[in-house]
Amino acid sequence: MTEEIAIEFANVTKRYGSAVAVDAITLSIAKGELVTFLGPSGCGKTTSLRLIAGLELPTSGVVQIAGRDVSQRAASERNVGMVFQSYALFPHMNVLENVSYGPMIRGVAKAKARAHAYEILEQIGLKGLDMRLPSELSGGQQQRVAVARAIVQQPDVLLFDEPLSNVDAKLRRKVRGEIRELQKRFGLTAVYVTHDQEEALAVSDRIVVMQAGRIAQIGTPRDLYERPASSFVADFIGDANLISGQVTAGRFRAADLDVPLAGPDGAAQISLRPERIILSAGEGAPSGRVRSCTYLGSHWEYEIETGFAELLASRPMSEAPIAPGTAVTLTIPETAPIRVTDI
Amino acid sequence: MTPEELRDSRAARERLSWLVLLALAVLVLPWHQSLPAESAPIIPSALGLAAEGRGWLWPVVLALPLLVWASFKGAGGRLFLGVALAAFAVLLVQGFTVGLRGPAFDWLTILFPVAGQGQTGLGWGGFASGIALLGLIAHALALRGFCRGDRFSASAVVFIVALLGLFVFYPILRLALAAFVGPDGEVALGPFLTRLFAPEIWRLDCLTGGRRCGVVINSLVLGLLAATICTALGLALALIVARTSFRFKQTLRALSILPIITPPFVVGVAIIVLFGRTGLITGWGAEIFDIRPTRWVYGLSGILMAQVLAFTPITFLVLLGTVEAINPTLEEASQTLGAGPVKTFFKVTWPLLRPGLAAAFLLAFIESLADFGNPIVLGGGYEVLSTRIFFAVVGARYDLGNAATLAMILLTLTLVAFWLQQRWLGRKSYVTVTGKSDAGLASTLPFGLKGVAWAAVIPFVAFTIGVYAVVLLGGFVHDIGRWDLTPTFAHLRTAFDFEVNASGLQLYGSAWNSMQTTLLVSAIAAPLTTLIGIMTAWLVARQDFAGRNAFEFGTMLSFAIPGTVVGVSYVAAFNVPPVDITGTAAILVICFVFRNMPVGMRAGLAAFAQIDRSMEEASQTMGAGGAATLRRVVLPLVKPAVFTALVYSFVTAMTAVSAVIFLVSARHNMATAYIMGRVEAGEYALAITYSTVLMIVMIICIVLIQLMVGARRLGRRREFQGQKAPAE
Repeated sequence: MTEEIAIEFANVTKRYGSAVAVDAITLSIAKGELVTFLGPSGCGKTTSLRLIAGLELPTSGVVQIAGRDVSQRAASERNVGMVFQSYALFPHMNVLENVSYGPMIRGVAKAKARAHAYEILEQIGLKGLDMRLPSELSGGQQQRVAVARAIVQQPDVLLFDEPLSNVDAKLRRKVRGEIRELQKRFGLTAVYVTHDQEEALAVSDRIVVMQAGRIAQIGTPRDLYERPASSFVADFIGDANLISGQVTAGRFRAADLDVPLAGPDGAAQISLRPERIILSAGEGAPSGRVRSCTYLGSHWEYEIETGFAELLASRPMSEAPIAPGTAVTLTIPETAPIRVTDI
Repeated sequence: MTPEELRDSRAARERLSWLVLLALAVLVLPWHQSLPAESAPIIPSALGLAAEGRGWLWPVVLALPLLVWASFKGAGGRLFLGVALAAFAVLLVQGFTVGLRGPAFDWLTILFPVAGQGQTGLGWGGFASGIALLGLIAHALALRGFCRGDRFSASAVVFIVALLGLFVFYPILRLALAAFVGPDGEVALGPFLTRLFAPEIWRLDCLTGGRRCGVVINSLVLGLLAATICTALGLALALIVARTSFRFKQTLRALSILPIITPPFVVGVAIIVLFGRTGLITGWGAEIFDIRPTRWVYGLSGILMAQVLAFTPITFLVLLGTVEAINPTLEEASQTLGAGPVKTFFKVTWPLLRPGLAAAFLLAFIESLADFGNPIVLGGGYEVLSTRIFFAVVGARYDLGNAATLAMILLTLTLVAFWLQQRWLGRKSYVTVTGKSDAGLASTLPFGLKGVAWAAVIPFVAFTIGVYAVVLLGGFVHDIGRWDLTPTFAHLRTAFDFEVNASGLQLYGSAWNSMQTTLLVSAIAAPLTTLIGIMTAWLVARQDFAGRNAFEFGTMLSFAIPGTVVGVSYVAAFNVPPVDITGTAAILVICFVFRNMPVGMRAGLAAFAQIDRSMEEASQTMGAGGAATLRRVVLPLVKPAVFTALVYSFVTAMTAVSAVIFLVSARHNMATAYIMGRVEAGEYALAITYSTVLMIVMIICIVLIQLMVGARRLGRRREFQGQKAPAE
């Protein structure tokens, strides 16, 4: 194999009593890759991250990091760096002590550990703040200290547990860019957990969409958006209109909707992205009626009543709005419908 | 070295140390405490003893080579764990089957004739091998993923479980067993039933007039009365502090710690001095109102007075918490809906108070049942369970079976009350504070209620002041009982006379011996109690291991066991092999550590609830094991809890009496036992003097502990937490 595998899950299950948090997951993450675990709360994404960190041990299955089986190893005996949601900076230690804590614990001489910590702090843009206590730093600075602390020991893998949830909405775009840039600069393998699909699309090489302890789909951001495998993935990443109908001889039909669709005949479900639906006033097929038209700044959003479903459609600001109550004809490009499995 | 290699070498080193300890324990260290002289072996270790015919020790000795062999096959394997567990089981079985007077089963004597001579309690070798085997068991468990693979935490769990088992549950089991042992040493249901249904326990004659009631009835009557009065007074005090503009609230709060540092007996003595037949107030009553002096204070009324004084502060603190936790907006809502202050109090405030009242009542009830100091001083002919147990063990008619039966009854009563209390607190608590501060001011008490509250509180406060005035004054005047207020240091000199001369410091006072023991034992017990308490809290709050809930329940249960029961159970368990430690100072320390550990644990649990768990996880992902995380991250953050636990365990060790009274010996006498002796001899002034000195020493020690633990950077932490709050 050309690319080295950094992390491998083989049939990993984690149970808490009778509740299954992670259900027989198999997955491998290449070295230098940033992979995001994405899903609604309770889907097992954080548990999966903690299984890599060693903060949870699997009930069954094998976790490998850098080619070694670490399934029953304590967190302290793995080489991972983790950035916590709350940052988890030690409030009684200053920035330098926080960053040099790991090397010191692992037996590096104090002076050497501090020198190394200085170096990282400088690279990460925290020079001059080394004697401050965490309580004397801004939220953004605290987050950088948390990152510095996690990468100072050159971990086999860098873990992020919803690192942006404590950052102002305005700053998120900037901070996630920094994280991505840093990960690439240091050539780190990173695993990132979030419930925010936009964040996941923006930072990841690959995304693992999780649902009820299982993997719903793995793929690049573009794969997932453009070719979702299931109605769950289609709906969770971006907005999707899910339409049920029948396929006969390569065409999908539901009421007056009739579009080409590959695959076997029989009952089927398709996903249709709102921005792929073109609206024009007047009667036609498939037909619909505008129920509402909402101004959202960047685009118009329509709710359309049709014979087969209630559709969400979004149109650019450059088009003139269509008043509610107007009968419309829908134009659906041939590539727009994506066949998805139910759930 | 990679972290993985580092881990493996560390693990191997730890395993080796445990094996070396085991080798020392079975090959070199003397296995028993001391053997009968005629059979003294050349080598007193397990190996030597086994070679001389004590063949039942062979399995323990052979565990060593087996474990070494198994560790080569993989210390994380089932084989290693199995051998270690089996060896530990053998250790226990041999200890319990071959006693002081020979084996429990005759076939053992046929197999090993020497077994007939019996064996004494375990010595250094026996204990060390137990410790080494437990260490190896924990080690093997951690390698198999127990406690998320952290070896330190796994060891902590295993050792704390073993300690609780040995020093809390094993004595109780021995005690329960003792209740079934008949006069000839046989174990049967008959003797137990006879003791359980003895008329002096249950009879109700006092209701029908005539003779006295049984001890259980006496205890229950006292407990219910004391709990009712304490709860009412506690509520009145709490309402005055929380709901009026009374100016000396802080003083009232501060006074509530007084009973904690008040040595036992002293309140009882002060009450005798005030209300006894020749007491001050009795005397005035006789002079002014011509009331004939009687001995009314000895008995239910006297005990009740003392207990109300001692336990009201406890109910006060519980109820103050409840009253302050009521969200003022609820009362404001009621008032905006048209209810007046009185209606609001009875329709809104009172129902919200009920769970707190129930908790306070049960707490006072438990305390009253467990109380030993007051009934022994003021009881007269009114016997309660705790005093009856004491006399059954210490009195002229030593009857452990009877004491054990009474202790089991007392234990059952307290556990039922404890269980009820947990149920109330668990399910029906209407704590309405959510952490976010709510606008609104607590409404003040309706006028009439305020009057009632004051009417209850004023006599109580006056009574408290009177009692403590007697205590403070009594030690330094000629004879407080006869109102002879000539200042004198005579009592102090009897107790604490000393001289500095050519041969150094000479201590002549009669109390020095017990004072030194008390300070020493308390000073050793306090840090150990704190350590075990905080460690246990940490394990319960932060570690994830099989059986955690049972572990937590067990530790909390140990809190509910009355001191008297603990005392008797230690007598029942530790007077005989395999763990024969009565008469040592160690048993005193152990007794305090496991009596007070739950308090350290509670302080720790409260502290851990305030600290973000991910800080410890961060420390772990950076390579720190459980021990390093505890030392570098956890302990600095829970300093206030450490302080609370240290102070409480120290003070309690200084003033405890109920358990320790069974365990003191001529060599190791404790201050409280000495004071009890003085009270029994009627030397009240001396008892009061000693108590005053104890209280002063305790206050000095509390200040010293505070200085030692320090409060560095704690202010900043609060700031940090405040900053984090909006993030969620």
